[in-house]
Parts: sequence; structure tokens; C-alpha cells
Amino acid sequence: MKVILKVWRQNNAESQGAFETYPVENVSGDMSFFEMMDMLNDQLVLDGKTPIAFDHDCREGICGTCGLFINGRAHGKIRAITTCQLHMRSFEDGETIVVEPWRAKAFPVIKDLIVERTSFDRIMQAGGYVSIKTGGTPDANAIPIAKRNADESMDAASCIGCAACVATCKNSSAMLFVAAKVSQLSLLPQGQPERVERAINMIAAMDEEGFGNCTNTGACEIECPKEISISHIGRLNREFLKASLKG
Amino acid sequence: MSWYSTLIKSSVGKKAVMALSGLFLCAYLVIHLIGNLMLFAGPEIFNSYVEALSSVKPLVRAIEVILAGLFLTHILLSVKLTRDNSTSSSIKYDTNKAGENSGFFSRNMGLSGSILFIFLVTHLSTIWTQFQTQHEAGNFYSIIVGKTVGLGNPYITTLYCIAMVLLGFHLRHGFQSAFQSFGIRYNKYSGLIEGIAVFFWLIIPAGFLSIALYFGIIGAG
Repeated sequence: MKVILKVWRQNNAESQGAFETYPVENVSGDMSFFEMMDMLNDQLVLDGKTPIAFDHDCREGICGTCGLFINGRAHGKIRAITTCQLHMRSFEDGETIVVEPWRAKAFPVIKDLIVERTSFDRIMQAGGYVSIKTGGTPDANAIPIAKRNADESMDAASCIGCAACVATCKNSSAMLFVAAKVSQLSLLPQGQPERVERAINMIAAMDEEGFGNCTNTGACEIECPKEISISHIGRLNREFLKASLKG
Repeated sequence: MSWYSTLIKSSVGKKAVMALSGLFLCAYLVIHLIGNLMLFAGPEIFNSYVEALSSVKPLVRAIEVILAGLFLTHILLSVKLTRDNSTSSSIKYDTNKAGENSGFFSRNMGLSGSILFIFLVTHLSTIWTQFQTQHEAGNFYSIIVGKTVGLGNPYITTLYCIAMVLLGFHLRHGFQSAFQSFGIRYNKYSGLIEGIAVFFWLIIPAGFLSIALYFGIIGAG
């Protein structure tokens, strides 16, 4: 099959970017989106042009490094996948595919499709950790945590920090990301000592980084590759309000 | 004071205050609708109901001041939050299929809210003002159904109907979002909240709409 890629190109953070169009031929439906991009980049190099820069690492949907806005959807139109898990069979022969970087003030474009996401790291540094000693790995059935809490905590912990939630949110809000991190630890005994400070400090860091406010549209949970529910945002709101009222 | 400033300076705190003001305004809608439904009972009962309210004028004025405060809080916070949100976005996407992952009205609360604000200003500058200035005449019913500022005027009726439909969509997203903003999001209560939400976003606006349709179109004569 053949596709036409309309890709955002930008030299560096300071320069003005623009779309460029590249026809890509001999694409197999079994190729991943990135394999198709690799093929295009090989051709660009052979033609003496600069290859398209994009973030990727594991290509298995577990590391959270990749993330592209494809045809108007974060990670493309297929639900519960990262960009690296998107295959070319999801597109029509001859289709024009618009590829854009995540757009948010807190995620400036560094080059082409790569954005700076250290704002997430700074939010994590503000409280996404436990400082108590948790010891070695205990016997699984000996951990005194209710199954329901363990399951919910695990759901939250499946967040890979890919930032699709921010990318798709009309307000560029990072609430689902912060909610997943706060929720994960607030449900476990290890997270209790810093529970109050965590909610307050992580929200303060999130606001400081310039992310927007949640307006509960629910777009983030639809685009989240790990299908993290916005009920975790409810828990984050609860944790924050309780923490700021009780102190 | 520091706990309060932490709360109100934060995005989550502002949303909670916004939600609280919204829920109080929802509660007022119930009282307002009960009063309005008395129009169906005829001029005499409606006029005597308004007269009865006038006999407790200080209470009515106090409620009006509280309502003004609630509206101002809700509107000013929405302007502040919307401005913050617009600065948090960078360049807009060339292609954005937001309709595939969220509802139109959930994304455009500012639009429905702004039209409701225009309605509120019109409502206060016409009906409410007439009720204050023509109090002596005592015929409040005729103001409501009249052609000057009432439902006998097709422009007023049209604006009223549009506003009530938008109110329904505004509350459909807003009512449940208020509980999300408070962090009241438990599976065991979700059915209850959804049920109460239907009352507010469907039944209440439909009640107001029925008045506009009856007196504006069917019962105009």
C-alpha cells in the first residue's frame, strides 16, 4: 500500500515549524507505524535529507517513550495502544496521515515530533515516591492489602507517563497522570506517611509547570493506552481537598 | 489562613469552589421552578404567591444578594480557569478529532455558560426589573404573559427556549462534574448521583421549557 505522510518538521525549540508532505510507497499492512517511519527515514537519508526525529524506545507499549498525534487522535485511532503498537493495516491505501507532536505549553517541541517532557519528572520529584524502607519482596499472600485496593492501585500503577492524556486534553491538563501517581500510592500502606504532602505538592508542581485545569471531558481516559479511569481523578481531588482542609 | 490560600490558589481548589457555587445555583433552580409552575394555576394564585413573597422582602433581598454572590463566584472563576487553560495550550493541532473522545457540550461549557449569561442579564433587566418597578399594579401574571417583556413576545420566548435547552446540556455535564471536583466518585453512589443529575439536567429545564412553550405558543391567546 501507499500512504502520504503530512509530518510536522521543526529544527529546534526556537525555530518555527511547518508541515512537510512525504509519499511512502511499498508499505505492508503488517508493518508497525514506526517501521514505516524507519523506512521513510532511510529514504530521506539516502536522498541526503534530515530524517524525521521521533521518540521511541521499547516498541512494545510498555516504556511510555513514544507518543504521536496521528490523524487527530493521541496514539492514533485504535484504543488502548501506544503509537508503537499501531500498525499500518489501520490505514487505507492512499490515505493522507497527519502526524503531529504532543501540543502543550508544558511540552515544548525540541525537534520535529519530539517534545520535552521533563515537566512530568518535576511533578514526580514533588511527591511521586515513598521515603520509608519497604524491605525485601514479601510473600505475595502475606501482604496485608485488600484485593480491591491492590487491584485499583495496580490499575493506577500501569500509567507509563506517555502523556497522551495531556496531549488530547483541550486544556492540556495533566490531571490523569498526577491522579494515577497519587492514587497508586494512596491505596497502599507504603504510601501513607507522605500522603498529605504528596497530594498538595504534586498538584502545586502540576500547576507550576503550566498544565491546564481538568474540565472532566473524559477524553484522557479514552486515549490512555493503559485505559486508566478518570475515577482516579476523583480520588486525586478527594486526596487534595482532604489534605488541604486537614493539613 | 494558609490552608485557605493553598486551596484557592490551586487548580483543584478553584474547581471545588466553582462546583459548590454551581450546586447552590442548581438548588435555587428548584425553588424558582416551583414558583414559576404556579403560573399554570392562573393569574390569581400566581399574583398572590408573588404578593406573599413581597411580605418577606428582607428574606427575598438576602437571597438575592447570596444569589448574586454565587453567580459572580461561578462566572469569575470560570473566566479565570478558562484563561489559565488557554495559556496552557501551545499551537493548536492541525487535525483534532476531539468529537471521537468527548462530548461537544462537555468541551464547550464556556459557550453554553456565556449564552446562559446573556439570558440571565436579559431576564434580570426585563422580568425582574418590571417586578420591582410595577409592584404597585400587582398584576405580575400579565407581565409574564405580556408582549412587552413576557412570553407574549416571540423573541423573548425564543431566547428563553434556547437558554433552557442549553441549561440542560450545561447541567448534564456540570452537575456530575461537580461531584468529581469534590472527589465524590464512588461506584456505590454513582447510580444515585446519576439519578439526581437527570432530575437537574432534564426535569428542571423541561419544567421551565414547558412554561415557555405553554404561555409563549399554545396559551398565547
